Amino acid sequence: MSSAATTPPSVDKVDGFSRKSVRKAKQKRSQSSSQFRSQGKPIELTPLPLLKDVSAQEQPELFLKKLQQCCAVFDFMDTLSDLKMKEYKRSTLNELVDYVTVSRGYLTEQAYPEVVKMVSYNIFRTLPPSESNEFDPEEDEPTLEASWPHLQLVYEFFIRFLESQEFQPSIAKKYIDQKFVLQLLELFDSEDPRERDYLKTVLHRIYGKFLGLRAFIRKQINNIFLRFVYETEHFNGVAELLEILGSIINGFALPLKAEHKQFLVKVLIPLHTVRSLSLFHAQLAYCIVQFLEKDPALTEPVIRGLLKFWPKTCSQKEVMFLGELEEILDVIEPTQFVKIQEPLFKQISRCVSSPHFQVAERALYYWNNEYIMSLIEENSNVILPIMFTSLYRISKEHWNPAIVALVYNVLKAFMEMNSTLFDELTSTYKSDRQREKKKEKEREELWKRLEDLELKRSLQSDGIIPT
Amino acid sequence: MAGADSDDSLYPIAVLIDELRNEDVQLRLNSIKKLSTIALALGVERTRTELLPFLTDTIYDEDEVLLALAEQLGNFTMLVGGPEYVHCLLPPLESLATVEETVVRDKAVESLRKISHEHSPVDLEVHFEPLVKRLASGDWFTSRTSACGLFSVCYPRVSSTVKAEIRQHFRTLCSDDTPMVRRAAASKLGEFAKVLELEYVKSDIISLFTALASDEQDSVRLLAVEAGVSIATLLPQEDLEALVMPTLRQAAEDKSWRVRYMVADKFSDLQKAVGPEITKNDLVPAFQNLLKDCEAEVRAAAANKVKEFCENLPEDSRETIIMTHILPCVKELVSDTNQHVKSALASVIMGLSTILGKDNTIEHLLPLFLAQLKDECPEVRLNIISNLDCVNEVIGIRQLSQSLLPAIVELAEDAKWRVRLAIIEYMPLLAGQLGVEFFDEKLNSLCMAWLVDHVYAIREAATCNLMKLVEKFGAEWAQNTIVPKVLGMANDPNYLHRMTTLFCINALSEVCGQEITTKHMLPVVFKMSNDQVANVRFNVAKSLQKIGPVLDSNCLQTEVKPVLEKLASDQDMDVKYFAQEAISGEFCNCCSRVLCNFAKTKVSNPKRYSLSKLRLCHAPLKRLVLTRPHISTSLCGNISIMPPKCSRKERRRGFSNRSNVEAAMSDRRCVFQCESKSTLFGLPEVDARARERARERERARESESFPTSKGRYISIKACQHILLHQIHKIMIFKKASYDPFKLKN
Repeated sequence: MSSAATTPPSVDKVDGFSRKSVRKAKQKRSQSSSQFRSQGKPIELTPLPLLKDVSAQEQPELFLKKLQQCCAVFDFMDTLSDLKMKEYKRSTLNELVDYVTVSRGYLTEQAYPEVVKMVSYNIFRTLPPSESNEFDPEEDEPTLEASWPHLQLVYEFFIRFLESQEFQPSIAKKYIDQKFVLQLLELFDSEDPRERDYLKTVLHRIYGKFLGLRAFIRKQINNIFLRFVYETEHFNGVAELLEILGSIINGFALPLKAEHKQFLVKVLIPLHTVRSLSLFHAQLAYCIVQFLEKDPALTEPVIRGLLKFWPKTCSQKEVMFLGELEEILDVIEPTQFVKIQEPLFKQISRCVSSPHFQVAERALYYWNNEYIMSLIEENSNVILPIMFTSLYRISKEHWNPAIVALVYNVLKAFMEMNSTLFDELTSTYKSDRQREKKKEKEREELWKRLEDLELKRSLQSDGIIPT
Repeated sequence: MAGADSDDSLYPIAVLIDELRNEDVQLRLNSIKKLSTIALALGVERTRTELLPFLTDTIYDEDEVLLALAEQLGNFTMLVGGPEYVHCLLPPLESLATVEETVVRDKAVESLRKISHEHSPVDLEVHFEPLVKRLASGDWFTSRTSACGLFSVCYPRVSSTVKAEIRQHFRTLCSDDTPMVRRAAASKLGEFAKVLELEYVKSDIISLFTALASDEQDSVRLLAVEAGVSIATLLPQEDLEALVMPTLRQAAEDKSWRVRYMVADKFSDLQKAVGPEITKNDLVPAFQNLLKDCEAEVRAAAANKVKEFCENLPEDSRETIIMTHILPCVKELVSDTNQHVKSALASVIMGLSTILGKDNTIEHLLPLFLAQLKDECPEVRLNIISNLDCVNEVIGIRQLSQSLLPAIVELAEDAKWRVRLAIIEYMPLLAGQLGVEFFDEKLNSLCMAWLVDHVYAIREAATCNLMKLVEKFGAEWAQNTIVPKVLGMANDPNYLHRMTTLFCINALSEVCGQEITTKHMLPVVFKMSNDQVANVRFNVAKSLQKIGPVLDSNCLQTEVKPVLEKLASDQDMDVKYFAQEAISGEFCNCCSRVLCNFAKTKVSNPKRYSLSKLRLCHAPLKRLVLTRPHISTSLCGNISIMPPKCSRKERRRGFSNRSNVEAAMSDRRCVFQCESKSTLFGLPEVDARARERARERERARESESFPTSKGRYISIKACQHILLHQIHKIMIFKKASYDPFKLKN
């Protein structure tokens, strides 16, 4: 019996954990496409001559015909069907792309509706359901659009069309209208990053060329974001839309309209609450900083908003918030800084004492930033008392030596900044703690009395104790 | 305390309001949750004049606090002085109903709906209805969405002029230019239609329904489908065809799969609402189309409804419709390309046999069952096997047994342990239906093989399975077939297998009875008390305690006690501990006991518990140190250690395994540390808002599988197939503000 303890554990070498199932090699990328309801019939297109082979007068006519042919959409989930016709359409699209890039005088007024029709037929579709039930953009591979060989060319063609020198928005606005834009925006939910990238360019060009659609586009993006934040938490194209917005914000005229300020406070700030923040945080922070550079008076509502939505349980997001805050502090005006320093540093002091070392570390890095340091120094009489307690405590107690070392540096910096206040705080540290404890006790007592009262009342109303 | 009279003056409002303003969110939240206590202390009048205005003003706060506030105010009627003063609650709730966060707003609307019933008809018109109007014409979309949910509660109790206004407001909201509001209106359309007079349903609601059902956004259209079903139940049969059916038909062929999915999902309700005639003429072809839809999601939703749809068909033509229209589609679905579709079908297809009767089942359905039993996807096969009882009643299981066996054997050896686990659970059922001979011949060896599976969960389920089999076939059968094999494993070189013997004995002793236990099992247990591995020895102690009640007292005193005493002086502290537990007779599952203590430990009095006692089976759990978990009783939930899944990022960094601690209630953050690397993983870190929302959804589904917040226990359930020894520390604590390493207080 006693031998058991002395026997080395090797007696029981049989490994209970041998893995039978070794993970299979990664499956090939999944593809999906939703535009096709089973049509059954094969599509027949009559081959047309090349544009360069006909005379200049005949070209516009042939151009229209080719556009009409390209309205036919093929089923790419069935890799074997219509192979010839697919190839034909591909080469026609290629030809059209080249044609709109190099030729002149092809854009007759009749061509506009046909171009928009062709593009609409090809790109507008209900996006297919996501393959994996809970698509996690950080973890899962995106499902790629199966009809990409054609779709890419259609997008390419459309962009060349919009960028063409002959393109006249005054004619095109009859066809590229609100409904068109709305459908375009819905496509931003596509899982395929290649498609979203093209869409970004398309939308950007449309925003640039159609002044009448600008307000509408902004409003619809608003709606998409609000739905994303408060209803579904699912939309694949947030980062792309924010990129476009970044350049839109850049172009806002001063003073900012109330509409834009509302967008910042009611839409962009709540975007921080979303679980998948990491996917678009860089773009979001860029937008926010753009706003602040336009109008420094917005600093206070922005920082208060961030503090309100500060992550409670997600350390990864906390680190992102700290990063964004530093970007904001980099451009903050000293007068604005004074307005928010108290709530701000209360939060930073909580971050510094976070048990998660990455959070603590990120917060402590602020003291390496010269501009922030100068702001702190100017206001050390306010900031030092707020920070002191947690710094002092973690300098003794944090589990991570790197954090303790950083904290020592910070404390040293404070000491050099304002040594009288520092000494004062050190000496009152203990008594402050005791006062806090006492206050805590009083609170508990108050609640105890309140609860007694409630109990008594309920007994009275039950008639157990006579009044 | 001086007495009831002076209570009011005892608590100056400032002190109480200080509590509601506390800097710490958690404390503020706690105070709000006890708002009724505060109101009680203030008395009804001061609650009305001082507390409520304060609450109305401080609406800018954390959403979590606002949510609690919105909930509290719904139960405040008595605290403000009863129904005649209930309107005092409207101002704070009104501002809460305009908050951005959906959860808060919904809660505020819920509370408003609740207190609306406490208003007198006069108050309703003077106070409540103007509020609804203000919300309905608010600037920002949030107030308008909230308004949508309030129309139906005040409509029935107001005068006809006000009714007309309400209808007008609802109409406006249905054509609002933000889709969020239209969605809210669409989702409340059915509810609103129910309280309207029939004439207005026909004149107003139908046009709104038609408009919403052809909205440009599919998220609105799909909500209209549900409304359509409710409206159809309200209308007389003769109007249905003209008023509702065109729109519904169009929805069934919508270009967005989400709308078609919704139609498929609501198909049974729809069928009941429209009655047999329309079902025959319209719904049958529509259902066929849905079963053949190009999108797998839609097909799966429709496949799920096959049985219900067939059951509810009018009896006179049921069989013909099924045979000529439905069955051909079902046949196609059996060989669908998508496994979700097939498994949805497999879960209901067996139900068709009771509807079609014996002959049709044998001729038409049986080939389908057999095909699905051979399906490549294990879930499909499982679904068929799990519903065998339906077929058994109609044609008897013998028809299937030839194909059943290979299917079972294959599932039993599936590479995924969850599949194996699922099939084990059906074993007792199968055994009952196939009979003891068939079982002995074909399945017995499988049941034994599971006992030495390399996944603990399978071994555990296998022991439980044996117990159920013995209950079915009797102790004698057990003695002849099972017991010798189980006891044979006591000499296995693998200590995990030796422990399995002990677990089997634990499970079997009671069903086998005293004689078999004393005669056959007990000697083996005694012999194992000298095992070299400490885990086996302390499991002997546990086993002896478990089978104690089966043994007679003489045997306990003369044989069991000496063994336990010997174990109590073992060198290994765990063996000692369990032996002593067994002797003192108050042994309960150590795991839950230690954790119960955690739950009882106050936050202010942290203790450190070594979980070395938690050596559950084989993993060297001594290294699992549960450090000072801060769990207050109200926050308990299940915590389970889940199988590892690495994120891509981690895989790139060379982690091949990751252990996850998942707090089922996600109330606290779990951090754990791998021994090899000093990396901390923050864990399923759901943001407070997302969490609240998830919980709301959970409640809405009414599928409460966790103990509620009142639950007094917490259990760590370890799935032993993960490498627990990789976990160095588990620290469980509430909220981020807590520092887990401050151990000395």
